[in-house]
Amino acid sequence: MVKMTDLNVIDRPNWCPGCGNFGILIALKGAIVELNIEPENVAMISGIGCSGKVPHWIRTYGLHGIHGRALPVATAVKLSNNGLTVFTVGGDGDGYGIGMCHFIHTMRRNIDMTYIVHNNMIYGLTTGQTSPTSEKGVRTKSTPSGVIEVPVNPIALAISAGATFVARSFGGDVKHLQKTIVAAVKHRGLSFVDVFQPCVSFNNVNTYDWYKQRVYDLQAAGHDTTDKIKAFTKSQEWGEHIPIGIFYEVLSPTYEDELPQIKDTPLVKQLIDNIDISGLMDDFT
Amino acid sequence: MAINRLTWKIGGKAGEGIMATGMIFSQSCSRGGLHVYDISEYPSLIKGGHNNLQVRVEDREIFSQVKGVNILIALNKETILLHKGELVNGAGIIYDSSEVIEPKEINDNIRLYPIPFNNIIKEIGVQGIMKNNVALGASIALIDYDFGIVGEVIKDNFKRKGDKIIDENTRAAKAGYDYIKNNFKNDFEYKLEKTGKPGRMVLTGNDAICMGAINAGCKFYAAYPMTPASSILHFMAAQERRFNIVVKHTEDEISAINMAIGAGFTGVRAMTGTSGGGFCLMTEGYGLAGMLEVPVVIILSMRPGPSTGLPTWSEQGDLKFALNASQGDFPRPVLVPGDIEESFYLTQVAFNIAEKYQTPVIVLSDKNLAENHKSTDKFDPKKVTIDRGSYADPADLAASLDTTFFKRYKYTENGISPRTIPGMKKGIYTASSDEHDEEGSISEDIDVRIKMMQKRARKMDTLAKELKQPELVGSQDTDANADADITIIAAGSTKGPIKEAMILLEKEGIKVNFLQIVYLNPFPSEKVAEVLGSAKKTAVVENNFSGQLADIIKEKTGKDVDKRVLKYDGRPFYPEEIFTAIKEVVTHG
Ligand SMILES: Cc1ncc(C[n+]2csc(CCOP(=O)(O)OP(=O)(O)O)c2C)c(N)n1
Ligand code: SF4
Ligand SMILES: [Mg+2]
Repeated sequence: MVKMTDLNVIDRPNWCPGCGNFGILIALKGAIVELNIEPENVAMISGIGCSGKVPHWIRTYGLHGIHGRALPVATAVKLSNNGLTVFTVGGDGDGYGIGMCHFIHTMRRNIDMTYIVHNNMIYGLTTGQTSPTSEKGVRTKSTPSGVIEVPVNPIALAISAGATFVARSFGGDVKHLQKTIVAAVKHRGLSFVDVFQPCVSFNNVNTYDWYKQRVYDLQAAGHDTTDKIKAFTKSQEWGEHIPIGIFYEVLSPTYEDELPQIKDTPLVKQLIDNIDISGLMDDFT
Repeated sequence: MAINRLTWKIGGKAGEGIMATGMIFSQSCSRGGLHVYDISEYPSLIKGGHNNLQVRVEDREIFSQVKGVNILIALNKETILLHKGELVNGAGIIYDSSEVIEPKEINDNIRLYPIPFNNIIKEIGVQGIMKNNVALGASIALIDYDFGIVGEVIKDNFKRKGDKIIDENTRAAKAGYDYIKNNFKNDFEYKLEKTGKPGRMVLTGNDAICMGAINAGCKFYAAYPMTPASSILHFMAAQERRFNIVVKHTEDEISAINMAIGAGFTGVRAMTGTSGGGFCLMTEGYGLAGMLEVPVVIILSMRPGPSTGLPTWSEQGDLKFALNASQGDFPRPVLVPGDIEESFYLTQVAFNIAEKYQTPVIVLSDKNLAENHKSTDKFDPKKVTIDRGSYADPADLAASLDTTFFKRYKYTENGISPRTIPGMKKGIYTASSDEHDEEGSISEDIDVRIKMMQKRARKMDTLAKELKQPELVGSQDTDANADADITIIAAGSTKGPIKEAMILLEKEGIKVNFLQIVYLNPFPSEKVAEVLGSAKKTAVVENNFSGQLADIIKEKTGKDVDKRVLKYDGRPFYPEEIFTAIKEVVTHG
């Protein structure tokens, strides 16, 4: 049985005290323990941001790559060894800003992996600029007169782009988050979880209390996760009441399912020292 | 009368199947034991612009196109107007008899072979698109070549399209063949005969790169289409199920290189390919692979820049870009194949270097090499042995602690740290784009930074020691002349026309040596400096504006070459041009 201590590392996370990332890290570890996945069979892929440091603070294989590009890396990790459990973690800037192109395309690919966005509605690591999820009017270092654009809606985007598991959770509610991550990993296909993550240093609007006053659990409210239109309607709710939980889940063949190349043996386990190209050369004579 | 020595050219509108017809001609010659080299020109559009393909045929191995066309198939009048200046005395033009050609448009020494394409097509009841085949057949009759071979090639090429298509194509070609035989005297001056040894492949540099990659065990290829690298994507995709390769056409080149990195990190041999514009997008990922010490092979197939440039033409203008792409210092091996064989073998070497030295490796090609076909002996698939580099010893891993990260970036003398891959028990670590310590943990410590930079750099020193210095050769790959009048230095696809030019120079009594640079990095400074110090005269031959190779030579050796022979109009060098330029340097300095 995998224990919490198997996932611990010696270094302590250097996030600001009280940062919402701590809750996410605990839930993530809790989910891996609950699912009993051996740490060496987990790949934790991230981009750059405060959130991108997660792989350093959990004892699984990790790749802390470049800003916004974690999803393509994770995609290939899964396609290269489909026996692994693959997570991608990162910030809202990372995923919905610089990495938006990969976000949309990953949603429609249905690779069997889990993508968790630490959505603090701010650029944390670069000390507090606006993010694609910042609300209109928010004043930040890069928008001293207030954000002019409207925010992106990651849940609606993911649903419309073809994601087969779309959820939202809250870093201040570790129990809910762990439950959501467990469901996400169990889902066969791409699972996307947007997580409200308070940034205590640069976002003094969307605080723990702000979220606690507003969030309600979709599952407790009896939401039908198989209905795409209802999921879409729920994704539009914002303001006094904000839904968390699973918005949408549907089963459809994964990208890997469509590849006979890896049906029997993962790519990484295929032998390469005896490949015969003589027939291929004959094709050119 | 000239036997087994001619250049055949076909031209017409894009979308008329010119490339396919040219391939049938090239393959038919090759199957008759002849050597071919073909080159195509096409604009960056799909239908309507002018396309042409030129095939040179001889009974000795040939390495490039030459000037002078002996037989021109003009599928439209424009082709005649554009290419008549290339025709040699006694050359023939096969064209549609409904076109009117004024005597003043064509030189007296050119023979005209008007053919009523439309009547023939109607008579035998095939589609209009088969006009190419009628013309092809006509050209075969003119040069008196074996029609049977052409029939076989048509059969093989259209195998997948079914018997009806094979039959129609064959009948069209045969009708053209018969028309010439029945209506013209058999006195065309240029002929082809079966000879020598059949069984060579007719393939491009890109085909060779793909075969090399597959043979090397490449299991993952990610790319975004861009000429002249797109045909690598097509080739790999076509073979993905036969050889169990995952091929991904990604959303952009940024994704392509990051996917290749993901696959490399997981322990799979991975490759991506693009041209300059796509490589611009890949540069951040290129540096990431350098920092994570993840093996990846990048095919950079050059075309003229800046920006979109001349999308379907050729240049060698990205030498410095390849050597310097991405921020910071890290090992950046760059390999430059000069011909199709080298494209095959060096791609495999690139995979070995990438895994052994745990770093991204660039294979630098260009449109000329990537897309021109040459008849080539079958490769030796066993020549390059697979070297997967060093992995952590499972016994050591078993003995290590459970609570710490594996020392994936261990400081070693040769700079290479044994790797682990996901799934290996106790090999756990995080690969980090931030500077990191031996365990991969982020570190801004002074000592760690210095040691880690040095460790990565040592890999390049180790590689440099492993490589042989290049050898100076004389004309036709003979030993170098002891008293050569001039030494040519070059890298990449200019090798072909240089080899041909050397033959021409020898005939004029000019002794010439050739030094081919295959490794742009680690650069063979020692040998190049020695050559520059001892040669009577030196010249670089490069397809770019500024003489990038000459600059690199200067940077690495402190020495100047005497002459930069440059061409940057998007077209390849012709041997005749190199001959003239080199002769000029030798005679007038
Ligand atoms: C290509 C590139 N551009 C910019 C940066 C600088 N940068 C680092 S993190 C970051 C944004 C972080 O915001 P987010 O992704 O939301 O992560 P958070 O820190 O909030 O968790 C930026 C702009 C970078 N590392 N790379
Ligand atoms: S800046 Fe914000 S997101 Fe980053 S560690 Fe501090 S509190 Fe967390
Ligand atoms: Mg953020």
